[in-house]
Amino acid sequence: MNAFAALLTALERARSTGRKLELLTAYFKGAPAEDAAWALHLLTGRRPQRIATGPELRRWLGEATGLSEAVLEATYAHVGDLAETLALVLPPPPAGTIAPATSLQALLEETLAPLRGASAETRKHTLLALWKAYPQGPRLWLNKLITGGLRVGVGEGLTLRALGQAFGLDPAVLQHRWMSPQIPSAAAFEALVDPHNATLNWAAPYPFCLAQPLRDGALPPHPSTAVLAEWKWDGVRCQLVRREGKTALWSRGRDRLEDRFPELAAAADGLPEGTVLDGELLAWAEDGPGPFVELSRRLQRKRVTAALQRAVPVRFMVYDLLERHGEDLRSQPLAQRRQHLEALLAPAPAPAPAQGLMLSPQLDNRSWESLAALRADARSQAAEGLMLKHEDSAYESGRRHQSWWKWKLDPETVDAILLYAQPGHGRRANLYTDFTFAVWDQGTLVPLAKAYSGLDEATLERLDHWIRRHTKERFGPVRSVTPALVFELAFDSAHAAPRRKAGMALRFPRIHRWREDLAIEDADELETLKARLLPHG
Amino acid sequence: MTTPLLTLTDRGLQCPDGDFTIDPWRKVDRAIITHGHGDHARNGMGHYWTAAPGVPILRKRLGQYSPVEGVPYGERRSFGPVTVSFHPAGHILGSAQIRVQRGDEVWVVTGDFKREPDPTCAPFEPVPCDVLVTEATFAYPIYQWPNPDTVVAEIYAWWQRCAAEDRPAVLYTYALGKAQRILAGLNAFSREPVWLHGAIDGLTRIYRDAGVTMIPTVPVSEMPRSDRGAGRLILAPPSAAGSKWAKRFRGASTGFASGWMQVRGTRRRKGYDEGFVLSDHADWPGLLRTVEDSGAKRVLATHGHTDALLAHLQGLGIEAQALATPYGETEDG
Repeated sequence: MNAFAALLTALERARSTGRKLELLTAYFKGAPAEDAAWALHLLTGRRPQRIATGPELRRWLGEATGLSEAVLEATYAHVGDLAETLALVLPPPPAGTIAPATSLQALLEETLAPLRGASAETRKHTLLALWKAYPQGPRLWLNKLITGGLRVGVGEGLTLRALGQAFGLDPAVLQHRWMSPQIPSAAAFEALVDPHNATLNWAAPYPFCLAQPLRDGALPPHPSTAVLAEWKWDGVRCQLVRREGKTALWSRGRDRLEDRFPELAAAADGLPEGTVLDGELLAWAEDGPGPFVELSRRLQRKRVTAALQRAVPVRFMVYDLLERHGEDLRSQPLAQRRQHLEALLAPAPAPAPAQGLMLSPQLDNRSWESLAALRADARSQAAEGLMLKHEDSAYESGRRHQSWWKWKLDPETVDAILLYAQPGHGRRANLYTDFTFAVWDQGTLVPLAKAYSGLDEATLERLDHWIRRHTKERFGPVRSVTPALVFELAFDSAHAAPRRKAGMALRFPRIHRWREDLAIEDADELETLKARLLPHG
Repeated sequence: MTTPLLTLTDRGLQCPDGDFTIDPWRKVDRAIITHGHGDHARNGMGHYWTAAPGVPILRKRLGQYSPVEGVPYGERRSFGPVTVSFHPAGHILGSAQIRVQRGDEVWVVTGDFKREPDPTCAPFEPVPCDVLVTEATFAYPIYQWPNPDTVVAEIYAWWQRCAAEDRPAVLYTYALGKAQRILAGLNAFSREPVWLHGAIDGLTRIYRDAGVTMIPTVPVSEMPRSDRGAGRLILAPPSAAGSKWAKRFRGASTGFASGWMQVRGTRRRKGYDEGFVLSDHADWPGLLRTVEDSGAKRVLATHGHTDALLAHLQGLGIEAQALATPYGETEDG
């Protein structure tokens, strides 16, 4: 645990990507395989289940320190991070205490894992002993494991790069192996980094090929006719793998989804052996894609009922064919892969697969003007914009492709009033960065959206100062403020949300700018927003 | 009911019977000053009284001929029916708690203070009182200061690491008090001159004149322009960070010495390479110990971060309230 804690502390202090890469590489080289397996799991954003709830931890902290709930509540609000509050409020172990030499693997598997579901008394007893044993530095990371809130600012890409460097692996090979998640263990880790290991599980998907965003009106440096255009569908990007008579459906986040979408698994039965499709999982209304929120109703359920299947039908909108009769097609030009894909999905007369699997249509690419006109109308198709891919492009591994582009719609905007503020996490703990915004509804303010990204550090600091001075009430770490500041929020789309006070919700709301030129009377009205954004509602 | 001994007005903490104001922030005739930091000692008062060792600092801040009168620690002065005396607060050179007495009623205003040892000033002296007006800058239980000697040793080790890499080490620190405390601590490790920003150099001279032993120092302005400070430790106020002045020290590692460095969000947000937890204010145990030592039945807390302290003291059966003052707004802690 100590080496891993030291790595996390050093990563947090590292100012450059190069330095982070260096630290990660050194750690992977030095760590025993069973620890490295867990470190990789945690660094790539998989979080252990929490062992105790916030209120439990605060209660035990109170018992351990003799501090009242009110004092701890105020302290937590000041720090903005429970794991850190716990680490700092508990007295440091006496000078000269040596931190336990327990390995990361032993800590997670032998000490922490058995605590899940254990009685409150057992959990409290073990955690108090751990808090006593570890100095403040490692104690923070230990608490992050206990609360399930460990977040490390390195990302999957950088971690895998470091792993590749540490073991001299080809990044494409590592990416490919990485796509099949394993339960962390020494054996799984050794197989992942073994340069001579060639065995892959039948279900293994390929690393996804990603597109780069088009910005500021720039177009791809090609004639429009050399670029294949499709709608950019708003669902979950997935790969459908059909091998050995079995089907696996993988999300980009490496989750297996076929059990949640049995109708797609059934549709895939008709596919030939050795087929891998890249596409978008979509909720399907009568005649076209439904809103994303519908799909999330299905994603939330591990096992689905027939009723839910009927209520929220789905389709797999196929973009690309990556494997055909067991042959890897990724290095072939896109135009050729597309021909094979069309032959696969559209034989006449249409057989059973057509039920769940659909071919993502190619759009008219005779001029950039006509593509621009299509993009402008993307919302009518429930799409987010256009995808543009060069006809000769290969399907490249896990990085932003130089000949794939996403041409998204400009976002919608709303002028809304700051109502509540909450401190952020990590670097932004104890700075107010998470905000709730409201709009007018017949003279009263109703909360519409939460947003936290989009402001620079200097503006956040200034806003933080303002919030502290204009607090009306406190609810734990949340403060309500005097309604006075107006912000322009950007968002991708809106949908009806009957359980919300506002009756609607925004997708991907973010702060565009602080409208210091506007008074609260100038903020938007809920009625007009609904009329504009929810034409059917 | 008699008038309260001290009362908060829009000018400061006023004593109506003694006709003086403690650390006023707007113009008054008679000002009693706890210490020389800008948020406590402001321009424009008719007459100033402060603890004797703090006079040169006040004169530097307010002007050489400003009407400042020094009073030795412990000496009692009468202001009408009210007796006033200054007692060491351990915050910076010349910092004082103000003891105010009328009949047998005693109030103590701590000003800024700390309980940790500091070689640059007289140590805090507990003063019994009925009402304690205390600062509450770091009034949360997460603030429990590490041993200051350990922190100075960390600063020295960082300087040595930078020197080994042939880089400058620029340490940002409050110019009055903190800088000199670090310089005094470093004297145990080295005799290599430390470079000082102009704002720190002048104040450091005052400390030397007062007999405080510190590591040798030179003003940056006296060093040749071509010298980019590789291997040097350079002390500067936080306001110099990112300035043209700081650009000279190419490739520098930057550090910040402050109690706020205890919290990782603040540490990371400030963007310095290193954060050293070193404060001239009382930590949570220091605040509680001071309330206990004073024996006060009533505590008034200033400096804004008072919610946890008030809740804790009320839980102990002590009458505790917040006083809204602008202290701490210009200070980095």
